[in-house]
Formats: sequence, C-alpha cells, structure tokens
Amino acid sequence: MFKNALATMLIWLTAMMVSGVFVWLLSDILIPGLTHLSWAFLAEAPTNAGRSGGIGPIIISTLLILLVAMLTATPLSLATAVLLSEFTQHDSVVGRLVRGSLDVLAGVPSIVFGLFGNAFFCIYLGLGFSILSGGLTLACMVLPILIRTAEQGLQSAPNDYRLAAAALGMSRSATLVHLLLPSAAPALIAGLMLGIGRAVAETAALAFTSGYVDRMPDSLFDSGRALSVHIYDLSMNVAGGDTNAYSSALVLILLLLIINSVAMSLAKQWLHGSVVAYE
Amino acid sequence: MSLSRADRQLAVLLRGCALLAAALVLLILLFLLKESWPVLQHIALIRFVTDASWHPVEGLYKLTPMLSATCYSTLGAVLLATPLGIASALFSRYYAPSLLAGCYRRLIELLAGIPSVVCGFWGLTTLAPLIGHLHPPGVSLLTGILVLTLMILPTVALTADSALAAVPAAYLRGAAALGLSRWGLIIGITLPAARSGITAGVMLAAGRAIGETMAMLMVAGNVVQQPHSLFDSVRTLTANIALEMAYATGDHRAALFVSGLALMFTVLLLVGTAELISRKRRYV
Amino acid sequence: MKKLGIVVALIVLIGAVWGFWRTKPNDAKIEKLVLTGSSTIAPLAAEIGKRFESLHSNVRVDVQTGGSSRGVSDARAGLADIGMASRALKDDEKDLLGFTVALDGISVILNKANPVQSLNKQQIIDIYTGKIINWKEVGGNDAPITVVNKAEGRSTLELFLHYFGLKNTDVKPHVVIGDNQQGIKTVVGNPDAIGYVSVGTAEYGAGQGVAIKLLPLEGIAASVENVRNRSFPLSRPLNLVTRTEPVGIVKDFIEFASSTQINDLIEAQYFVPVAR
Repeated sequence: MFKNALATMLIWLTAMMVSGVFVWLLSDILIPGLTHLSWAFLAEAPTNAGRSGGIGPIIISTLLILLVAMLTATPLSLATAVLLSEFTQHDSVVGRLVRGSLDVLAGVPSIVFGLFGNAFFCIYLGLGFSILSGGLTLACMVLPILIRTAEQGLQSAPNDYRLAAAALGMSRSATLVHLLLPSAAPALIAGLMLGIGRAVAETAALAFTSGYVDRMPDSLFDSGRALSVHIYDLSMNVAGGDTNAYSSALVLILLLLIINSVAMSLAKQWLHGSVVAYE
Repeated sequence: MSLSRADRQLAVLLRGCALLAAALVLLILLFLLKESWPVLQHIALIRFVTDASWHPVEGLYKLTPMLSATCYSTLGAVLLATPLGIASALFSRYYAPSLLAGCYRRLIELLAGIPSVVCGFWGLTTLAPLIGHLHPPGVSLLTGILVLTLMILPTVALTADSALAAVPAAYLRGAAALGLSRWGLIIGITLPAARSGITAGVMLAAGRAIGETMAMLMVAGNVVQQPHSLFDSVRTLTANIALEMAYATGDHRAALFVSGLALMFTVLLLVGTAELISRKRRYV
Repeated sequence: MKKLGIVVALIVLIGAVWGFWRTKPNDAKIEKLVLTGSSTIAPLAAEIGKRFESLHSNVRVDVQTGGSSRGVSDARAGLADIGMASRALKDDEKDLLGFTVALDGISVILNKANPVQSLNKQQIIDIYTGKIINWKEVGGNDAPITVVNKAEGRSTLELFLHYFGLKNTDVKPHVVIGDNQQGIKTVVGNPDAIGYVSVGTAEYGAGQGVAIKLLPLEGIAASVENVRNRSFPLSRPLNLVTRTEPVGIVKDFIEFASSTQINDLIEAQYFVPVAR
C-alpha cells in the first residue's frame, strides 16, 4: 500500500516538474515573441537581414521541405517496418542488419547529415541548394524514428489477428491493411509526431542543403530558408535580430501545433476504417 | 507459411526498401572516410589519442577529451531522461484524468519540435547564468546534460506512451481481478510487457543525444579538456565539427571528419552492445 | 464520404506539389549569381543582393552559408560565382582574387557590472595565458576570471593572437565560442567573463542596453568610428573572392558592392564601409 502511494506521488511530482520546466522554456520564448506577432509578420518577406518585415516566404519554404520529407519518408518507413515485423525472423541477418543500421543512423550528428546531404544531394545528384535536397536529407534523418516506432507498433499487435486472418485465407497484404496497421495506430501516430517534430526542429542539416535564400520559392528546385535556420541566423548571427527570433520561434511552435493536429486527424481517419476497435 | 504471388512480390518490394536504409548508413560512412582521407594518409591513427592537445592549426589532434565529453553527456542525459520519460508516459496513461493526459501529451509533442537552436539559446541565456551562480563558468557539462535531457525526453515519453498503449487490455483486467495495486500492476506486468517498445525509444533518444550539435555548441562551454567535474566546460565531438568546420581548410577539415568517424564508431559500439544485451535477455 | 475526402485531399496535395514543381520556363534572360561562404558576411551579402536585384530585373542573387573556407574552395572549384571570406586571403590562396568590401573591428568586452574600466596589453596577455586569474589582481572584484576565447581557425582568433603575440596553445580558456552573438550572450550571463567580439555588434548591443562594455585598446576607444578612421588597431577585412578576373554580372555585382551606394547596408550590419 505504501509503495503504491509513494509511486503515485512520485509520478505526479515528475509530471509537474517536467511540465513546469517545459512551460518555463515555452514562456521564455513565447512571451517576448508575442509582442511582434501580427498578420503582416506572417505574410511579408523579411527585410533588413530579417530584423524587419516578416517571415512569409520562410514559412512556405518550411512547409514545402516538411512535405517533401514526410512524403518520402512515410511510405519508405512503413514498408521497412512491415518487412522487419512481418516478413523476417527476429534474429535473421537481414533483420539485425537493418535494425542495426537504423540505430546507427539515429545517432549520426545533424551536422554530418548536413554535410553528407550537401555532398550527395546537392553536388553528386546535382540538385544544388534546394528544397528538394533539404527534404530528402530530412527524410533520411527521420527514417529511423518512423521505422522503429512503426515496427514496435506492428509487433505488439496480437498474434491472434494474424492466425485468424490466415485461417480465413486472407492474403498478407489484406491482413496488414485491415487488421495490423490499424491496431498499430497509436505507435504509428506517435512516430509521426516525433518525426514531424524532429524535421521541424532540424537546423544544421538544412543550412547546408536547402540553404539560406529567403525569397519565396518558385519551385522545389529553388533554395529556401527553413524557419529553424532563420531563427538561428537571427539569434546567433545578426546583431539585433533577437526580437524577431522570438517571434519566429513562436510561429514555429504554433505551426507545429497545427501540423500535428492535422497529421493526427488524417492518420486517425485513415486508420479508422478498420475492423479493430481503436480506443 | 507459403505466400501467394502477390505477397511474394510485396516481400521483394519491402526488402528493397529496407536495404535502402542500410545502404544509407554505408553511404554516410563512405562519405566520412573520403573526406577524412587526406589527413589519415600522413597522420598515424594513434596520434588522435596520444597528441598533447587539440590544436589542429598547429598540428595537434588529440580527440579523446571530446570523446569522453560526448560519452558523459549522452550517458547523463539518457540516465535522466529515461525515468522521467517513462514516468511521464505512465502519468498520461494511468494516473491522469483523460483531459489532463491529453494536454500533457500535447505538451510533450510540442517539445519534440522545439529547434535545437532554441533549446540551446534558452540554455545559454537562462540556465547557464543560474548554474554559473553555483559554480563558474556556467556553461558546463551539467548544463549540457540538462539541456540534452530536455530535448530527448519527448522521444522516450512518446515511444513509451505508445508501448504502454499496446499492452493488451486482458492483462490489465487480469491484474484487477487478482487485486493487484496500480503500482504492482505497473511494475510487475505493464512495464515488462512494454519493455521492447520502451527500449526502442531509449535507443532513439540515445542516438539523438549523441548526435545533438547546436544545443551542445551553445551550452557546454566548448573547451577541449577531460571533464573532472560536472561543472567543467567540455566540447563534444559534434560541437567540434560545427564550431570549426566553417573556417577549417586542408588537414584541419579532414581531421574534423575523423572526429565524425570516431563518433560513428562510438555509435556502432553502442548499438552492438545494446544488441548483445538484448539478445541475452530474450530467453529469460 | 470519408474516402472521398481523402481522395480530394490527395488531389489537392498533388496539385500543389505539381504547381510548385514546374521549373521556370527556361528564360535565358534570368541570370543567377551564387555566393557562398562566411556566415558573417551572408546577411550583408543577401541585403546587397536584394538591392542589386531591384536595379537589375533579370538577375537573381542566391546567398548560401558554409563558412569562409567553404567560400574560398567553392570559388576555386567554380561551385559558386563569388566566395565570401571574412578574413584576408592566405598564402596558398594567392591564385584567387579578393575584393574587400568592408572592415570588421575586434573589441575586448567585459560584463557591464565589472568595475574594471580598462586593461593594458600585457594584462590582457596575462589573463588569456592564465597568469592572472582573479579580477582583484587588475583592480576589480575578488572573483575568478572566466576567459572566453574563439574557436580555432577563426579569423577573429588569428587576428587577436597575432596582435597580442600569442599562440593558441598558450591560451587557457574557460569557455570557447563560435559566433559573435554567442560570445556576447556568454559575457552577459557571467559577470566575471572577458571575451572579444566584433566591434560593430558589441557597440550595437551596448547601445541597446545589453550588459556589456567595450574596452579601449592602447587608449583608443573601441568604436565603429575609430575603425573607420583607421585609428583602432584591430580589424579584419570582409572579402569577396573570385577565381578569375570578374566579368559580366559578377563584375557588376562586385563593383556595386564596393561602391558607396551600399554603404548604408554595411553600416546597418554594424561593419565599416571601405568605400568613401
């Protein structure tokens, strides 16, 4: 009984401490940023090295980079996760190789990704500094996150589903689409949230691949500055850029809130057409 | 179980995708090797351990203090973030009323998206002066560990949360039927059942901690020295690359890529060890 | 109904992606000028580029960062039209051409709360080499000095070392920083810190009420004005680098950047214009 009460207290304490620190961090960023936020800020282009004007083109570039990254990474990761969980033995060579490579990939520093992305996508593949290079590099970075969480989700689906489906003569792909993926929904969504968060938060990798140009991009082959790169430039590189850095950080967090909600509802809707009751 | 033709085609497609991921790691390794080749040609590898200090402009390339800084900061962050993250997940799954749990989860998801530069900025302007009052200079290993913990906690919390969600309801009902207390249920049944999911989350978080560049650059102090206390200023391998890459030429630049290689091998070691440990426990 | 919504969303998505994918109709008239290199010069170069674009409607100026050494190597390899280097060209770079467009002074800074008003050259050398370790030895509070140094390879560091006759192995720092703003924020957060950053940024910060003060060097106040009239001894050149003699649009741009037409832009970034 005592252990139970102690545990409850500790857990509540932890939650309060964690949320306390996070609220502290958020308020340190958001409150200075609130004063300069306006519709004009969201729509205009930056002037005076970003200290005046707005961040309109930068928001667009960020969204495009995110789109490219998630559209590339999500199908690839789902496919890999399905392979790891459904089509290979846990101890097989292929399984261990892929899982190991993913864990190593998760540990590669963001700046190395930036330099690699620059050498491979920008120079070797000839894409130059572009939104495409940035998105593809980001896709490489979020791949481990998406794959591992998806794999975990699929593995935790009860075996009863698979056996029952086999008994009914369902093909593996049908089993996947109608039973397994929906039951792995919480893990898939968690992975998506983490992946989007990581992609939006990335700075060093994007500075070397999607570039520094703060003009409104005409196409995916144009260079575009991401919001995180803009925040870095304003706070660390430009004298007097602090106020706009705060406002940009505030916009980034709001953007993240919106993107997360949209992604979550899209995912839920897609996975909801299923046989399994999702809580 | 024999597969239908469609399923076999699916398997081929999936295998291709999976091998792409493995190929990526190989490509990155090759890239690092190619860029560090110029310095590896005429500097013996042992010098990266035995040189007097890290002053590449003067031809000194000692990497080990930075390696230990990376290891200590990652270890510290993972040790702090794992219990905090699991506790957060337990909170939102089992202890909090559903509205509060939802808000809390949203908060954590938001925190996963805060750019490393913002976390570093906050650490530099708010946390470092506070720690500086305790013991100068303020930017130190401790500050680095705290900021890293903040950054990787969402990873642990969110993956643990989804792992907990996957525990079959039958287990919970069974435990209730047996009269287990909530904590007894958690420690005896839920956590062991969710173990592989939580471990995957911790591995991802550790990877993120090792690879974190911008934040460590801003709050850890960047002095190349072996840390003797938590308040010493340290430089991680990642911060080193970011700090000096902009102005490095020739051998200096190649030496920075060697530190990138050192990092990759550390990660490989970490992954390998984790693999070995998990294999031993599988048959328990 | 739900399925329809998804299909519609997908179509909109594909449409948006396609809409952005179409590359511009291949106008031979649109000329692109690419600059890469120092992130110190990048904001200035971007602003100059924007003004240049407003005067030449068929030109697009793209500025990318990556560091001074990147700028030099890209200029040499032809990956960029112009490289940006926030330092003088080294001996092994004499095959390239450098055009100085601005100067950036270097000033030693202290926290505003520090009672010490000035330090002579020898004192600074002793502080940085660890011979003087407490502020009370130079007339300040009884507190250990936190020495802030710049990262290896940076031009600011090289100039500082050269001026004070030191080698980097002699310096015993407590904190190492990268960019100027990081240096300023470190000194602001620590009342016992001493560091050195660009004069312009420090002067701007101090004017904005940031808690730093600039130390005079050999009796000459550290200010942008004194760098401009060349009385302040410590400054570095901001260079545009090309591989060959510039022609065409590159020539126009470099002439524009070296002219008095953009002096206000240089000053807005707190550097010192070279052109009078």
